Amino acid sequence: MTKEERLKKRYNSEKRFKFYGILSVSLAMIFVLVLIQNIVSKGSSAFSRTTIEVDIIYNANLLEIEGPITKEALNNAEFYDLSVESILKIFPSQNAKEERQVLRLFSPDFEYEVKRVLSKKPNKINDIVPIRLTASDDVDQLNKGNFPRDLPEDRRRVSNFQLNIYDNLVEQDKIGKKFNDYFFTKGDSRDPELAGIGGSLMGSFFTIVICLILSFPIAIMASIYLEEFAPKNKITDFIEININNLAAVPSIVYGLLGLGILLSVMEFPRSTPLVAGITLSLMTLPRIIIPCRASLKAVPPSIREAALSVGASKFQTVFHHVVPLAMPGTLSGTIIGLAQALGETAPLILIGMVAFVVDIPGTPVDPSASLPVQVFLWSEQAERGFVEKTSATIMMLLGFLIVMNFIAVYLRQKFEKKWN
Amino acid sequence: MNLLLLAIILAFSLSSYFFGRSEARKLVTGNIKLNALPAYYGYFLALWCGLPALIIFGGWSLFESTIIKTLILSDFSNIQSRDLFYERTLSFFNGNFSGEITNEIKVASERYAYLNNLAHNSKIALVASAIIASVVFAYKKIKNNNKARDDVEKILKILLFTSSLVAILTTLGIIASLLFESIKFFSTINIIDFLFGTSWSPQRAFVRDASTITPEEFLELKDAFGSVPLFAGTAFIALIAMCVAVPIGLFAGIYLAEYASTSVRKYSKPIIEILAGIPTVVYGFFAALTVGPFFRSLGESLGLTVSSESALAAGLIMGIMIIPYISSLSDDIINSVPQSLREGSYAIGATKSETIKKVVIPAALPGIIGSILLAVSRAIGETMIVVMAAGLAANLTINPLESTTTITTQIVMILVGDQEFDSPKTQAAFALGLTLFIATLFLNYIALRVVKKYREKYD
Amino acid sequence: MELENKKIKIQAKNLNVYYGAKQALFNINLEINQKEVTALIGPSGCGKSTFIRCINRMNDVIDICKVDGSIEIDGSEINDKKVDVVMLREKIGMVFQKPNPFPKSIYDNIAYGPIIHGLAEEKNQMDNIVETSLKKAALWDEVKDRLDEPGTSLSGGQQQRLCIARALSVSPEVILMDEPCSALDPIATAKIEELIDELKKSYTIVIVTHSMAQAVRVSQKTGFFHMGKIIEVDSTDKIFKNPSNKMTQDYITGRFG
Repeated sequence: MTKEERLKKRYNSEKRFKFYGILSVSLAMIFVLVLIQNIVSKGSSAFSRTTIEVDIIYNANLLEIEGPITKEALNNAEFYDLSVESILKIFPSQNAKEERQVLRLFSPDFEYEVKRVLSKKPNKINDIVPIRLTASDDVDQLNKGNFPRDLPEDRRRVSNFQLNIYDNLVEQDKIGKKFNDYFFTKGDSRDPELAGIGGSLMGSFFTIVICLILSFPIAIMASIYLEEFAPKNKITDFIEININNLAAVPSIVYGLLGLGILLSVMEFPRSTPLVAGITLSLMTLPRIIIPCRASLKAVPPSIREAALSVGASKFQTVFHHVVPLAMPGTLSGTIIGLAQALGETAPLILIGMVAFVVDIPGTPVDPSASLPVQVFLWSEQAERGFVEKTSATIMMLLGFLIVMNFIAVYLRQKFEKKWN
Repeated sequence: MNLLLLAIILAFSLSSYFFGRSEARKLVTGNIKLNALPAYYGYFLALWCGLPALIIFGGWSLFESTIIKTLILSDFSNIQSRDLFYERTLSFFNGNFSGEITNEIKVASERYAYLNNLAHNSKIALVASAIIASVVFAYKKIKNNNKARDDVEKILKILLFTSSLVAILTTLGIIASLLFESIKFFSTINIIDFLFGTSWSPQRAFVRDASTITPEEFLELKDAFGSVPLFAGTAFIALIAMCVAVPIGLFAGIYLAEYASTSVRKYSKPIIEILAGIPTVVYGFFAALTVGPFFRSLGESLGLTVSSESALAAGLIMGIMIIPYISSLSDDIINSVPQSLREGSYAIGATKSETIKKVVIPAALPGIIGSILLAVSRAIGETMIVVMAAGLAANLTINPLESTTTITTQIVMILVGDQEFDSPKTQAAFALGLTLFIATLFLNYIALRVVKKYREKYD
Repeated sequence: MELENKKIKIQAKNLNVYYGAKQALFNINLEINQKEVTALIGPSGCGKSTFIRCINRMNDVIDICKVDGSIEIDGSEINDKKVDVVMLREKIGMVFQKPNPFPKSIYDNIAYGPIIHGLAEEKNQMDNIVETSLKKAALWDEVKDRLDEPGTSLSGGQQQRLCIARALSVSPEVILMDEPCSALDPIATAKIEELIDELKKSYTIVIVTHSMAQAVRVSQKTGFFHMGKIIEVDSTDKIFKNPSNKMTQDYITGRFG
């Protein structure tokens, strides 16, 4: 092999090596894009819901009201018969089976939707009031183009009869779209069109607040002790080893801890944000202590010496000078730790947060779900409508995580002093 | 009720700060000088007022319900399903019970009302006397013009130290909760059968109470908890994940550390790290709904039978999740290799890749191995991806297109929903958890030591 | 010492170097003679290290560094695009301020260069190269029984001689030394200086040093750098006994620097 050939070979191998590097970096970035694109394309349609406009005949005789029609009486009235009567008028049906199919175009909540509008309008009695009712998830998915229409009828969730009505309604311009406020305000439901993340949002909120209240002060105090006061001895070493190992223990083990100690020994209420918050705070604690200590360590000794030299006590030095200077790093470490806790699922499943909870929790001791658990629960559902709901929940979750991480980065860049 | 008591304690504590401060000021007469700033006397009194009361309050609240429960149940020793009975009693007491009201429930709920009341009253009494006693004690000290600052700092230091003990307590808690149930499990199931048995089917273990096992049932149980398929499945999926993550992560780390310009590095590193910040449930969703079915249809078009819960899909997605753990740590570690080594290599006429392959990587090897070990530990402890995308049936296979199950999947499957605490099935989950904990602890400990040693070498 | 009779090995013409917006070298013109030691002296930060890093194009590694002007070795331009940097560095060895043996065995440290350049086909050829390089660096007798031990286990002075042996292993024509003794004790320094004296018989040597005494001891020609400019170049004798520039005079008598 001549010198030139050898050199060429060496440079080819150089190019190959560099190419592998570029390939790896691009692959990793492509994965990020594919993942996010996949979620967004599946989930963005969940932010709107399909409505069907129905001319409701405000027939007071069907309200089952005895006596005068007052506001109060309207609030207690039954709107089911009235709604059904008007709904069936949108398309002529031959028999009871077809009538059922017509009703199934709407979400089971239509009665309450009608009531919500009409009970406030006693002056419209015996008039015709057009109301946009929420469509069932089948119609919703059909309208969003997620159901292929060319399948044979027995493999479709929408019958030919229903498809016919749908097309008819489209021609009459009765099918509409509307911002899906249900998704944010309602709790869980078996019907995708009525299911919302209101409950799990509150659950996550309570969980994170409890996690913050418990882990932040303890983490700060522990880091201050270890960084500023701890003597170099066996106990300190042992604590350090513990913290480093705990930070890498799989989260599911914390779930077992919550189940084995908090639920079965201490009898805390199951499925509640309280237990979730305590469990997650134990998990988050070491993950906050590590960055907290790093930012305390980054404060140069000269600051401490300056304070000590004017006669401040060790405590005054630490609390008046070191801790405030380390605060930005500490806070951003805490926020990142909380962001991890917010996305955590496995330990919450073990402490029973997978229960089907319709009510939105009002306190941390009410049973509830949390956002990531909601993702898990809905992803197990068969209905096509839950796929977009799940993806939309993921979008919300990722949104919160992005905001939290941005705040953390901002705090660090804006307020952290660079020591040279 | 509890909140009110808490508020009262805090209010007392706050007012004793002002009281202590003003009392200290009154001490200054003639040539008596205070031993510390007046505020420290306030802190001193406030800490003494609040801390003992809070400790008593917290401890009492933690154990109150357990104690009341044991007291009540001890009166009804002949009742079956005791937990259920107690729950019924509670809901009867709260007035939302809708079942058959037995005489026992009535009696128990009266007893509960009595005990509950007693507990509340004694808690208030105890907290109040704690406040009074400690305030009197602290007040006397103030009157003697104590070294308030030193005393306050002593208390604070104890507080700080206690906080750092939480880490040890957590570890102890984990070990206790895992060990307690595992020992019960291993008293029914032989540990050898558990570790080396090759058939896993806990659903067969329908026995509710471990103490009433017949010999036939015992034989049945004996080979229901062979966890080799779980260990194999866990290792297999982790292996697939590492096959994806190690080359990509390592090359990405090398590229970012050695080749990338500062601007490329500035943007691509955080983008890659997004992969580590995405919750694992999102990966699980992606793997189960997109990647699994995609592989399945891809396999169909190639004439292969691919399970839609294939180990390949779960492992691949897990590998993607792990990429940043390897790339970022190896990037850091490669950066800490001294520049002088690279210059020595360049100066002798080596190309960049020769320098990296023959000088930088060998120098950084311990650190890189450490980061890979940490990644392996993450892979075997990862739960949501495998719960959602890998199979549930314990399947001893090395075909990546088939489905297998893992330790974490089985823990979740056993514990999701209601648990019967005395059944060997539930205890099995804790035994699995213990195995997982020991395995990851071992990996983490080695990895952290290796990385630490490596850093010390070049610091 | 007759400067005129010597063949010129390296010639720098109008060399300017910039680190980003900051100019580090201004219009350097310098001739370096074959098989002779040229010392570069000057206060720290004066650009002498930057200059010798231009000779084997080590500044290519630094992104923001821009080199402008010409350096010729044996009459051919090295900053030319066609010149291959790998081949150039094979011809020009370098020894650094701090000894930087690779974290490998002593043997592998020396064998590294010949392996990447494909200089030895067989094992005994390689053994040969390792032995001669170590002998030339006056290290063979100290390490011949422990070639398998890591290079980092040697003492500082031995490490530096190992690095010199490593540079010699690919048979360079020029050896650049960037303050090779600054991290060593006086005894190790004396050994290295002795070695330099021996090496100049077969190699052209450029040495950057902060010690004027060392420049006097080892070099035949000396260049004085200040603030990125070359102030005076002449035979070492002349520079230290009778410098023509006032600034050189002040520096060698210790008025600044």
